[in-house]
Amino acid sequence: MAVCVAVIAKENYPLYIRSVPTENELKFHYMVHTSLDVVDEKISAMGKALVDQRELYLGLLYPTEDYKVYGYVTNSKVKFVMVVDSSNPALRDNEIRSMFRKLHNSYTDVMCNPFYNPGDRIQSRAFDSMVTSMMIQVC
Amino acid sequence: MSPTQWDFPVELCCRPMAFVTLTGLDVVYNAVHRTVWDAFCANRRADRVPISFKVLPGDHEYPKCRPKRTSYEWYIPKGILKTGWMNKHLNLVPALVVVFYELDWDEPQWKEKQSECATRVEIVRQSLQGRNTKVAVVLIQKKTPLPPGEDVIASERAAALCNACELSGKSLFVLPHTDHLVGYIIRLENAFYEHAQTYYYTEIRRVKSHKEFLNKTTHQLLFVRHQFKIAFFNELKQDTQNALKNYRTAYNLVHELRAHETNILEIKTMAGFINYKICRLCFQHNTPLDAIAQFRKHIDLCKKKIGSAELSFEHAAWMAKQFQAFGDLFDEAIKLGLTAIQTQNPGFYYQQAAHYAQERKQLAKTLCEHEASVAYPSPDPLETQTGALDFYGQRSWRQGVLSFDLSDPEKEKVGILAIQLRERNVVHSEIIITLLSNAVAQFKKYKCPRMKSHLMVQMGEEYYYAKDYTKALKLLDYVMCDYRSEGWWTLLTSILTTALKCAYLMAQLKDYITYSLELLGRASTLKDDQKSRIEKNLINVLMNESPDPEPDCDALAVKTAQKLWADRISLAGSNVFTIGVQDFVPFVQCKAKFHAPSFHVDVPVQLDVYLRADCPHPVRFSRLCVGFNNQEYNQLCVIQEASRASEVLENTTQGRMCLVPGKTRKFLFKFVAKTEDVGKKIEITSVDLVLGHETGRCVVLSWQGGGGDAASSQEALQAARSFRRWPRLPDSEVHWDSVVVQASTMIISRVPNVSVQLRHDPPALTNEMYCLAVTVRSQEKSRIRDVKLTAGLKPGQDANLTQKTQVTLRGTELCDESCPALLTDIPVGDLQPGEQLEKTLYVRCGTVGSRMFLVYVSYLINTTIEDKEIVCKCHKDETVTIETVFPFDVAVKFVSTKFEHLERVYADIPFLLMTDLLSASPWALTIASSELQLAPSMTSVDQPESQLDRVVLQTGESASECFCLRCPATGTGDGGVATGHYVVSWKRASAAPDIPVVSTVVTLPHVIVESIPLHVNADLPPFGRVRESLPVRYHLQNTTDLVQDVEISVEPSDAFMFSGLKQIRLRILPGTAQEMLYNFYPLMAGCQQLPSLHISLLRFPGFTHQLLRRFIPTSIFVKPQGRLVDDASIAAA
Repeated sequence: MAVCVAVIAKENYPLYIRSVPTENELKFHYMVHTSLDVVDEKISAMGKALVDQRELYLGLLYPTEDYKVYGYVTNSKVKFVMVVDSSNPALRDNEIRSMFRKLHNSYTDVMCNPFYNPGDRIQSRAFDSMVTSMMIQVC
Repeated sequence: MSPTQWDFPVELCCRPMAFVTLTGLDVVYNAVHRTVWDAFCANRRADRVPISFKVLPGDHEYPKCRPKRTSYEWYIPKGILKTGWMNKHLNLVPALVVVFYELDWDEPQWKEKQSECATRVEIVRQSLQGRNTKVAVVLIQKKTPLPPGEDVIASERAAALCNACELSGKSLFVLPHTDHLVGYIIRLENAFYEHAQTYYYTEIRRVKSHKEFLNKTTHQLLFVRHQFKIAFFNELKQDTQNALKNYRTAYNLVHELRAHETNILEIKTMAGFINYKICRLCFQHNTPLDAIAQFRKHIDLCKKKIGSAELSFEHAAWMAKQFQAFGDLFDEAIKLGLTAIQTQNPGFYYQQAAHYAQERKQLAKTLCEHEASVAYPSPDPLETQTGALDFYGQRSWRQGVLSFDLSDPEKEKVGILAIQLRERNVVHSEIIITLLSNAVAQFKKYKCPRMKSHLMVQMGEEYYYAKDYTKALKLLDYVMCDYRSEGWWTLLTSILTTALKCAYLMAQLKDYITYSLELLGRASTLKDDQKSRIEKNLINVLMNESPDPEPDCDALAVKTAQKLWADRISLAGSNVFTIGVQDFVPFVQCKAKFHAPSFHVDVPVQLDVYLRADCPHPVRFSRLCVGFNNQEYNQLCVIQEASRASEVLENTTQGRMCLVPGKTRKFLFKFVAKTEDVGKKIEITSVDLVLGHETGRCVVLSWQGGGGDAASSQEALQAARSFRRWPRLPDSEVHWDSVVVQASTMIISRVPNVSVQLRHDPPALTNEMYCLAVTVRSQEKSRIRDVKLTAGLKPGQDANLTQKTQVTLRGTELCDESCPALLTDIPVGDLQPGEQLEKTLYVRCGTVGSRMFLVYVSYLINTTIEDKEIVCKCHKDETVTIETVFPFDVAVKFVSTKFEHLERVYADIPFLLMTDLLSASPWALTIASSELQLAPSMTSVDQPESQLDRVVLQTGESASECFCLRCPATGTGDGGVATGHYVVSWKRASAAPDIPVVSTVVTLPHVIVESIPLHVNADLPPFGRVRESLPVRYHLQNTTDLVQDVEISVEPSDAFMFSGLKQIRLRILPGTAQEMLYNFYPLMAGCQQLPSLHISLLRFPGFTHQLLRRFIPTSIFVKPQGRLVDDASIAAA
């Protein structure tokens, strides 16, 4: 399914980033980083909309030849970015949405941990295994 | 094959225009022809019809037309599209040939000229044998033609000329060479355009007509070819809608072709051409989404058609070209007004093109790595006889071979080898960099800063591969800060690694050191073994030795670099590098912290500098110094490696100058602040850490302010947010994150050791000289000098208070307005330890209310700190709030002589003024005197004298005085008559005798004076005695200018008998008085009612008994009749 999952802090530094081990990790880092251009643009575009009406799911950020990059932003401006192999046509928008929701829930759990300091890199095992479950189906 | 074999041919990319040739024009020698030609070709703006003109001689040979094929039955095509076909129809085979001929209608030798013209037309026709090209004749005439139908000769001769030339009337034109040449030319052009349209229409029909002869099995290629031709002719005809439709059909047909390794290149080439045409037309029709959809379809269809694995780089090259061409088309459309968006702009296509170009490079690298001994095959299989291919996309060594089997495998192998060897000569980096820089330009436009940075990194890396290290470094250095500021350490590390290689290969010392510093730092994600390698290299560099080469560098470049490094060593000179660390993340962290936010000047200022190294091995430094805003302190805060000699002895310093990874080291600095800096801020402006020695190379890491680098502010924020408790550590160690930078401190004056006491008796009374005794007592251990006192109203209060408050040192006289509200710097002298002095101040407050008073004592004292004698200025201040109140209240009332309250007084009739002074002061007051200062309108009945002299009033007591006054009749003023002033002189009972008395002036109220017509006063003894005659005389005075009729009557009383006129009526003349004499004879003792006198004035009915009773007595005390002996004594009394 997903080949790379990233959580980006409000200040745009990575809190968590993991990609399939089979491929060049750096490539995905760059891909996630460049996708922030679109995320920023989308956030600033919907900044005027009311907070409670805001859609957290940002949709397809940009397609590349081989991958599709999807984005999601929480109300506290933490961004989730997911890179999906574009050769997988079965993946619908709805499934991406539900994956993001799962990710968000798991992230919320991390935040609820009293020993976690918001803004630190995420090192939660539960979060890690959830991400693994989202990536495992492809490899 | 040229390196540009992947570029589309020019004839494909240009906009096809109808081709018309002009003959019979001598543009070199004939000025008229020249102007005609110029009018055709100069200034062809968009509003002119799309025709490309060419001047050719009349006998020009056009390409021969091949004989018409009657049947396609035995025809087998050799390829899809001939390479020359497009050019042929764009530039060689005209749609229309125009013959220009100079001939006027009234030409005398008409016959000869007509036949010459016909010959010229015939020659042209000859060379166009078999083609449908139209021919037209233009007669260049000197005279302006007459309107049609008027010139009979003209129409006759025109018909004759048409006949001779076998032309239709529509193909004969007249061009008068007159003023309106351009207008005529434009009309001619339009006519030509129509002819050209017809020509291309017939061509389309002709090609279409072939279709019925074709069959699907052998003529598959022809289907594509014909479809392409139809579309192309449509384009020439400017029918872009049909062109697009036909190109689309052609595109589908291309993909229906049976693809095989041998023809895949041809299919892809043609597919690429047709796709290009379709996209181009879509953009032209302003349907960019169609263009994008078509392109996506094209790429999806062709992506997997790699063809021969040995030549797979060709596929990558082809893909790169597809993307680049689409990017160009997209960009061009944007220039013509299309709007692109962030997620759909040409940049993505250039980026993808660059991606394929990189792939091509990779593939070429693996596929073309032949031994040096492999020679380029001879004869060159890529050479053809004509120098070009017959069909697009075919292999030169097997042109026109349609069989899928390789007839000659050897030849094939040689051909592939030749292509591979040629590919080796391609400068891939150049192609990649061009594409990347195109993409960068686009992403810059569409607000994608990160994408831009990413592409610049790729460009930098590509320059690195291309061995252009200067440019690589420049690009990488430029983008580094973007990744650093956003905290993408993995990416930063990767960039830094490349940058370090570049710096190594160019032996750029400063860059090399900077990148090493950061790669060793905490932001680097390198593994420890890498870090130790870099650290070792860095130490080598600092010891003026060459570092080891970076891994994975080009061997040849390493050799050059080693030479450069060797040169660097021998080169003396600038070996000190100062590196400002605030812009990156070095491997040493620094935090400087003053122990307190402020220091007293007599206490040494202390600060700690915390250092921490993140590198894998301990690192030594040679010097640590702190810089301040006052540079005089800089020399005091330096830690230096001890000189060589003492190093042996003091092993401890060695340990001090060493940073152990992961351990926080603290360095304490102590210095004495200058007395001039009291009240100022001392700031740390820099912390410099020197690595290496001056003898070798040294690096100065310079932190601005109290430390901190590009990453530390975020870390500090995180640390502040954290709830984590730090586990206990031994006393000497601290947690790095728990250290907070404190980069500045205030120097404040020494704590004073004197006591200031104020003695006074509040509240103050208005206007009095209020006494404030200040006692200063020295508790210092040594003599204090230059004691100065500043006292008075504290500044910053209500401005009116300043005016109404005076302070003086002299209490013996009242101070006036000239005295200030604040006395400054009163010199007091010196004080020995334990000595005290007292100073008395007098304050005069003109208004009631509360005031803040300030007493400020400053002095100098010599003290010693850290074996250094300094003169400290100390000061101590006291503030006191003093309330001011009125000392007393004065109440004034007017009463009649009978002590009855008076609303108003009567002229000339005496009345009493009573003052009542009520003390409001909490302190006893001594009234020195009181004085009545009468207004001129008032006179005193007797000599007024103060009855209050030296009276002492306690709180709440009051003192009254009474004055008998008379007010002469004056003009009746409405506001009454001024009475005068009452002046009370007083002081505190407790005040010293030399304190002046205060005079308080009370303005007495005005009184209303009224005059009455008749003055009556009685003249009677103070008392009566029973049965003794009591004579009473009433004086009646007329004060008016009128004669008064007066009725007087006396009522009898029980207590008296009386004699005199009981009832009388008389007249009193103006200004005269009448006297009435009565003799009363008291009958009873005690206070007795006198027989009452009634007076009524006929002219003044208001003159009543009531009024009268105020002036004349109504009762008298009657003594009883005493014994005779007593009589005398009573008489004496």
